[in-house]
Amino acid sequence: MFETAIASLTLLSFTLGIILGLSARYLKVESDPMVEQIESMMPGSQCGQCGYPGCKPAAEAIASGESDITVCPPGGRSLVKALAELLGIDFDLSKIKDTEAMYAKVSEATCIGCTRCFKVCPTDAIIGGPKQIHSVFTDACTGCEACVDVCPTECLQMYTFEATLSTWTWPKPDTQTLPPLAA
Amino acid sequence: MKLFRFKGGIHPDSHKETGNKSIIPLPMPARLYLPVQQHIGAPAKPNVSIGQHVMKGELLAGSQGAISAPIHAPTSGTIVDITDYTAPHPSGLPVRTIILEPDGKDEWIKLTGVEDPFSLDAEEIAARVGAAGIVGLGGATFPSAVKLNLGKDNKIYTLIINGSECEPYLTCDDQLMQQQAESIVDGIEIMLHALHTPKALIAIEDNKPAAISAMQKACENNDKVNVVVVPTLYPMGSEKQMIKTLTGMDVPAGQLSTSIGVLVHNVGTANAVHRAIRFGEPLISRVVTIGGGAIKDPQNIDVPLGTLVSDLIDYCGGYKSKAERILMGGPMMGQLLPTTSVPVVKGSSGIIALTTKEIAQHQTMPCIRCGSCISACPCGLLPLEMANRARKGDIEGAVEFGLMDCISCGSCSYVCPSFIPLVQYFSFAKGSLAIQKKEKAHQEETRKLAALRTERKEREQKEKEAAAAKRKAEREAKRKEKEAAL
Repeated sequence: MFETAIASLTLLSFTLGIILGLSARYLKVESDPMVEQIESMMPGSQCGQCGYPGCKPAAEAIASGESDITVCPPGGRSLVKALAELLGIDFDLSKIKDTEAMYAKVSEATCIGCTRCFKVCPTDAIIGGPKQIHSVFTDACTGCEACVDVCPTECLQMYTFEATLSTWTWPKPDTQTLPPLAA
Repeated sequence: MKLFRFKGGIHPDSHKETGNKSIIPLPMPARLYLPVQQHIGAPAKPNVSIGQHVMKGELLAGSQGAISAPIHAPTSGTIVDITDYTAPHPSGLPVRTIILEPDGKDEWIKLTGVEDPFSLDAEEIAARVGAAGIVGLGGATFPSAVKLNLGKDNKIYTLIINGSECEPYLTCDDQLMQQQAESIVDGIEIMLHALHTPKALIAIEDNKPAAISAMQKACENNDKVNVVVVPTLYPMGSEKQMIKTLTGMDVPAGQLSTSIGVLVHNVGTANAVHRAIRFGEPLISRVVTIGGGAIKDPQNIDVPLGTLVSDLIDYCGGYKSKAERILMGGPMMGQLLPTTSVPVVKGSSGIIALTTKEIAQHQTMPCIRCGSCISACPCGLLPLEMANRARKGDIEGAVEFGLMDCISCGSCSYVCPSFIPLVQYFSFAKGSLAIQKKEKAHQEETRKLAALRTERKEREQKEKEAAAAKRKAEREAKRKEKEAAL
């Protein structure tokens, strides 16, 4: 009687243990899928403008509700819209303004070649050597301003892109400025 | 031949006042302004220097990349500057421009034509057409050599030569067909040879009887090239609508016409191919219709590329009334010009100066959902739904309603009783979409760069740690050795 109970309980615990062990191995959840999904939507340049050390911590903060969905400046309006849809948040998009894309440029007259800027650039968009004038690859610049903060001579400044023939597009038609209807 | 009817379309007033005006040459202007970007694709690269003397037909800027076209000198003269100059584009933004001052001699460079083009192989023909800088002269300016090479990978069953000229006011193709019928047919035969295509159809709208009879005469006893008279209906000249009319087939959304074995070229392009292959002449001039209610004496003129629009208007006697709007191309799909100090380029089929009365601009009123735009749309879209979404900034919504299938023909705006700028909304939405795509591609690239940097940082950290551990181990070993020695 007593032996049977011990045997059956032992057997039961072993079987359950094996099942638990196997499921822990094969049905493992890497991390919160929501965090991963949010991270994949973010710019991914790890610029730190949100105040978190990178895109993943920011995604974690957004997923846990600790941070607002408007936290990411480079993501802009489209990211806020996508996040609001994903998280089911009702958000008034008209409140946020679309920030214009910017890029950093080195003023060659004031650059002293201190190498600080390219050490902090999250996309390696700045080249240069000690006591050599540095330069920014505009195509690789995300406009995060990390370099502007560390530059000791304020030679790094942010600029907006000027339209060229290949980037110019038609503005939205303004139906308000047409001449008034004749009486 | 059985014709098919495409959906929708409109009948704008034709205004073909210049239809009986023969092509006249233009006296050489004082200066020619040649932008390096007169075609779709990569801009040409200037290979002349300031002060250099060039001959008529000499290469000024070479083709760059697979989709590009070279620029040649329209006359002999001196290069006075290579600088940024206002482009013939609604933005008024500058483009790299080669400025040529004619010497008045108009001396040709030595040209090498081909006696028997039909002995050349297809690639040689395409290469010669490419080197001559020929682009689609209907206005799309897509490099013609690229289109002629499509015969290599796709079987082209029918070559359609577009002589429909469905835009109001324009008569340059009409006149070209009347005066250069034989050259056009010869150009078509050369293109057929290059494409390995058995037959060509020249489509002409039934409002051009003189052009029809001239082309029919040129095609007599020719079993490969035939003239097809198509009804006058805008936008007949649009590639997809033309293919539908002649073959009954629809080009699948997002695909090229070659996917259904059809290729469309303009009559002007056929003429340019004839000149390039037979005589070795590059594309240095084109026929331009100068018209519109504000022009004193509308004309069809053979214009050297690079001539300023203001020079052309002066040659036509200037204005007889105030020109409210000046367009390059036709009034339906033409480009609004910011100023007349811009040059004529390869795609300029017309310069149209419109009066206030012709523009007939009205205050926009609310949409009454009458459905006129739906009946007029030749692509079977719902312009009102697309415009609603574009106005809200919901570009994805507009794309779902078929924004990318819109050919910007303007039929919807033309018929709208509330004067809603429908096609303008679509131009805006297409531009926004292009910006979004560019931003997305940029984000993907910078994301990769950031990932590479993180990886490198981690690797460097590990290497540092490993080196430190190694040094420590060495120190330990030395210390132990010393202890052992003591």
